[in-house]
Amino acid sequence: MSEYDKMAGKPEHGGQTEAASTSDARPGVSRRRFLQSAGASGLAAAGGGLLPVAEAKAEASPGGPTPDNTVTNSGHPVRLVVNGVERRLRVAPNAVLLDVLRDQLQLTGTKKGCDHGQCGACTVHVNGVAVNSCLSLTVMHDGDEVTTVEGLARDGRLHPIQQAFWDHDAYQCGYCTAGQMMSAAAVLADARIPADDQSLREAMSGNICRCGAYRNIVAAIQDARGSIRRTR
Amino acid sequence: MRNFEYVRAGSADEAIAAIPAGSGAVYLAGGTTLLDLMKLDVVRPPRLVDINRLGFDRIEVFDDGRVRIGAMVTNTDLARHDHISRVYPVLSQALLSGASTQLRNKATTAGNILQAVRCGYFRDGVSACNRRSPGSGCAALGGANRNVHAVLGGTDACFAAHPSDMCVAMAAIGATIHIRGPRGDRDVAFTDFHLLPGATPWKQHALDEGEIITHVTLDAPLAHSRSAYLKLRDRASYQFALASSAAILVVDGGMIRDARLALGGVATKPWRAVDAEAVLKGQPPTVQTFQRAAAVAFEGARSYGQNGFKIALGQQAIVRNLSSLVA
Repeated sequence: MSEYDKMAGKPEHGGQTEAASTSDARPGVSRRRFLQSAGASGLAAAGGGLLPVAEAKAEASPGGPTPDNTVTNSGHPVRLVVNGVERRLRVAPNAVLLDVLRDQLQLTGTKKGCDHGQCGACTVHVNGVAVNSCLSLTVMHDGDEVTTVEGLARDGRLHPIQQAFWDHDAYQCGYCTAGQMMSAAAVLADARIPADDQSLREAMSGNICRCGAYRNIVAAIQDARGSIRRTR
Repeated sequence: MRNFEYVRAGSADEAIAAIPAGSGAVYLAGGTTLLDLMKLDVVRPPRLVDINRLGFDRIEVFDDGRVRIGAMVTNTDLARHDHISRVYPVLSQALLSGASTQLRNKATTAGNILQAVRCGYFRDGVSACNRRSPGSGCAALGGANRNVHAVLGGTDACFAAHPSDMCVAMAAIGATIHIRGPRGDRDVAFTDFHLLPGATPWKQHALDEGEIITHVTLDAPLAHSRSAYLKLRDRASYQFALASSAAILVVDGGMIRDARLALGGVATKPWRAVDAEAVLKGQPPTVQTFQRAAAVAFEGARSYGQNGFKIALGQQAIVRNLSSLVA
């Protein structure tokens, strides 16, 4: 794999999708495809800021860790239910759930930030529980239900959290937003977490927003809490 | 991340059999520490044995008041458990002060006990570090040692603080760790489980190769006690402790009848301050008593340069936490 391919986000961990369904959960506009054809300089500028760890490792490890294609091609069979759609995959042991969602299943709404469980950009729901997909091996999740940001909306209607983030302008650059919304949806669904602002901030503290949109994020979540309660 | 062989175990015995002596294979539970360190290339196990389907995921309250916690109970489920938050508030508070919601949802009880130190020189994979590369030295001596380094229980070989909050509460409560291994079952007292670094910081705990934690049993709560966890850190959430205090007090008739005290962020293992407890017992619950106990708790503390402020901060954490229990 060339350095360009790595920068362009091509799959590090190969493997085949065996799902008969080829239905693509992404919206029609493919900003990603556009970026992939837009040249390496722009990508380097974006990737350099967003993926320091991944970039550094890619640069620094000519003889270091490389994906084991032999294992990848045979791989471990894994069955996931992603946003309600059954997906049967073969994955290498070291295929991280975040990378498989983005690279194999093309669900690029889930973002890679720190890749070490510190920023929350990669937050998804596994069996209804919010987790860091960057610290999860895909092979650990055989049989699990995974919900990504692409699965939040139902029947063409935004999830109340999505609507509230829109209404409250709860983002600037948007890179953390998918993770913020996945955490927020799980926090609101968990009756054990108190509803006051301080408890909410604590429960959301695993999601870092470098633009500093926290005030609007808290306002959006509390607003969504109200609208969810009203519709119950 | 380097590749490795993956084995999913269906039972504890199957898991133990999948880790032959000398293989370097390790168990995979929540993965929040292990996969992080594997991505950093700090640990390079040739095989991971997934123990997520072994069970060990229940919390059982015994008639005598003790509570048995399965090794795979998540930090979230333990913290939010009705009985735990009611009878052991110090444990609930400690758990909820650690990490983030997402990490607590994945992290397990046994994994929390076994989590690695946060020293940057351990994690960078290249600096001198006796814990990672025995005999290579310690770059934190004279280096950056303000945040996650200890003033109690360290040596020139290693003085990285134990990072867990949960373990500090368990040290105060008192607990037993149940272990299964190639040679059968055994129990270890919680306060004997973590080892001081001494001259062998790479040996961090009492587990032998292939052994697995199956449960932790908490001692019965002290009758008529109150308890709390106070964590002081550089930001209000999602940060390791600079200094923390777990305290359990029994006050009756204007006197402290019983006390348990443990410290975090300042020590190389979850630190039970037994001598300080002795200072508290039989005394009136006043700030003066608490200050005397705090001073005793930090007798023998050593500054390594940047972290000297923890000697004062740790004492303040004790005094403030104890004061909150008698307010």
